[in-house]
Amino acid sequence: MNKESMTRELVLPGDLLDAGDMKPGEGTYVHDGKIFAAMLGIKSVKSNFVNVIPLGGRYIPAPGDMIIGKVIDIGPSNWLVDIYSPYPAPLHVNEVPWRVEFGDTARYLGVGDTLLAKVLSVDETKRVQVTMKEQGLRKLQGGQIVEISHSKVPRVIGKNGSMIQMIKTYTNCRIFIGQNGRIWMDGNMEDMVHAMRAIKMIDEGAQTLKLTERVKEFLESVYRKEE
Amino acid sequence: MGGNSDMKLIDENGIRIDGRKVDELRPIKIEAGVLKSADGSAYVEIGKNKVLAAVYGPRECHPRHMQNPAKAIVQCKYNMISFSVSDRKRPGPDRRSVEISKLISEAMEYVVFTENYPRTSIDVYIEVLQANAGTRCAGLTAAAVALADAGIPMKDIVPAVAVGKVNDQVVLDLNKEEDNYGQADLPIAMIPRTGEVLLMQMDGHLTQAEFDKALEMGVKACHEIYELQKDALRRRYAIVNGETEEEPKEPAEDVNEEA
Amino acid sequence: MARSIVSEIKRDHIHKLIADGKRVDGRAWDQVREISVQTNVVETAEGSSRVKIGNTEVIVGVKMTVGEPFADTPNKGVLSTNAELIPMASPSFESGPPDENSIELARVVDRGIRESQMIDLEKLCIEPGKKVWINFVDIYVLDFDGNLFDACNLGAVTAIKSAIVPAKANGLGEDYPMPITCTPISVTSVQIENSILVDPTLDEEKVAAARLTVTTDDNGDLRAMQKGLSGALTLEQVKTAIETSRRLGIEIRKLIG
Repeated sequence: MNKESMTRELVLPGDLLDAGDMKPGEGTYVHDGKIFAAMLGIKSVKSNFVNVIPLGGRYIPAPGDMIIGKVIDIGPSNWLVDIYSPYPAPLHVNEVPWRVEFGDTARYLGVGDTLLAKVLSVDETKRVQVTMKEQGLRKLQGGQIVEISHSKVPRVIGKNGSMIQMIKTYTNCRIFIGQNGRIWMDGNMEDMVHAMRAIKMIDEGAQTLKLTERVKEFLESVYRKEE
Repeated sequence: MGGNSDMKLIDENGIRIDGRKVDELRPIKIEAGVLKSADGSAYVEIGKNKVLAAVYGPRECHPRHMQNPAKAIVQCKYNMISFSVSDRKRPGPDRRSVEISKLISEAMEYVVFTENYPRTSIDVYIEVLQANAGTRCAGLTAAAVALADAGIPMKDIVPAVAVGKVNDQVVLDLNKEEDNYGQADLPIAMIPRTGEVLLMQMDGHLTQAEFDKALEMGVKACHEIYELQKDALRRRYAIVNGETEEEPKEPAEDVNEEA
Repeated sequence: MARSIVSEIKRDHIHKLIADGKRVDGRAWDQVREISVQTNVVETAEGSSRVKIGNTEVIVGVKMTVGEPFADTPNKGVLSTNAELIPMASPSFESGPPDENSIELARVVDRGIRESQMIDLEKLCIEPGKKVWINFVDIYVLDFDGNLFDACNLGAVTAIKSAIVPAKANGLGEDYPMPITCTPISVTSVQIENSILVDPTLDEEKVAAARLTVTTDDNGDLRAMQKGLSGALTLEQVKTAIETSRRLGIEIRKLIG
């Protein structure tokens, strides 16, 4: 961690990022020995790598990502899960915490069900497998689902989890964040409305500064009123 | 091209019927992110042209037989709405719009890093709301902004403009009258920084010298439009000034433990 | 496909809110989203309008040409209404010829305009039996977040009101404004968990059991109705939807002037 970028500079596809000695990182490409932005985003320099942090775009699964999926189809030995990405992901009966007989899949998970799952593997043509066979992974019931851009997930979490912790503390909601941009929460109706509003604020204003303070102000204002 | 040069479209002082000089663009307005449902969108006005573009994707490619296991396909659909022209156009594609759609798709395929998204489709819909010559260029200009707005990885943003010949003179960015009664039309799309030409068509009659002059004018105009495209995107994603915040990068897993 | 499947959690959440007398976006059951209307947005049309209801947006144009009347109405102009659900507006819309949804939509909008006699079609007769004005009302949905019926009705009505008959260009004397007799306004309600909600968003529409569109005229009389979706409405709910349409119709008419 030597050269940390200190400004949040917006870059556009084709913008020159570096013509010197930096190395091309994520969201960049090299042409004639120079580094250019390959997408719209925020320029970030870390360990001599220049990156573009996206402000939007679709979620592309990576192994190990914790995601929130929605069952969209059922086969005799697997379910097809929409993971809020261009790539739907099969969930095989061997990857669920239950013993499922062939053809008995619908008894365990139905179309429209929501799962907390993990990306097991992604091959070079982006064929995805997901799993629920790990501690904590399960079907989610009740509560509410919010969908935001996957690129805003780090902002919703905040530094060392500070942002999400703050929202949880104020609203008393249980909140699970999927790396794919789906967020599940449960709590009192009123609290969920506030938590959702706070998350939407982050989604819409992720490139604005002093976001933490603005979200805090919002939460403080609604909870002060209710006391 | 009407090819009828009897119609006087440029006066003795080199001023065109809409008051422009021969190398002057019509007024241009570009806005990014104008639609809610689309992943990316843009609205472009060039003179009396009004064009909307929307991007969906990368998303699952349908029909499935069009999927490419190695990369995304870029499918642009150019369409004129029925009341965008003086005589009502029957809704739906015609041969002209099919051809234009193909050319814009091919141009965009070059700039998009399609290999990042195998088996998917990136769909771009261009709707001409009001037409006044140069709609394919306005459409492509809007499509490029919409793609960037959608966060699609791409080499660069692409502007487009038409150059033509009117009353034996090379003129930039033809309006409807000039297009109807002009002698040549040369739409161009390019990456200004590299000089790579991504769309070029020509009809009418140009000498080599006229073509060279037209190309020079077009390249210069593309640089101008490119700046307006970027400006639209910067306005859309304007960063509010203030203290800097470090970009957090915590995996979701760590915060999903039950309290 | 993924988009059309509603997650059970979302469905339950909407149901729970409604049981509590609430809606996802905080509106009252009989509250319409913010409406904006911009007319004369396309010069190439005789009349045009761009309308937003919340995040739903449509553009409508009126094109007029001289043509032959129908044999059974020799002294009346012709009205033709068409709706295009273009793929720009939603990930669930596909290119191609109008499907059953866009045909139903166009026909319901058409019926409101036709049955209220909004356009005085007799004044659009040029030469009985031979020449009349043909009105093409073309609706394009640009952004889809529920309640297309009302957005398209409002778009069509405001575009028609803004239209100028292009008499001069057709060698038929001076241009004149479209002959208008009234302003038909539709208000659509849906039934979810036995509650009635007006102006549904897309999420609400996806979980709705039944839908009722009611078009009223300036006197509050009924001019067109359409029940949709596979659920049933009680007579009480039908009456509520009608009463609401009449009441909100007055407000919307005021808003568009």
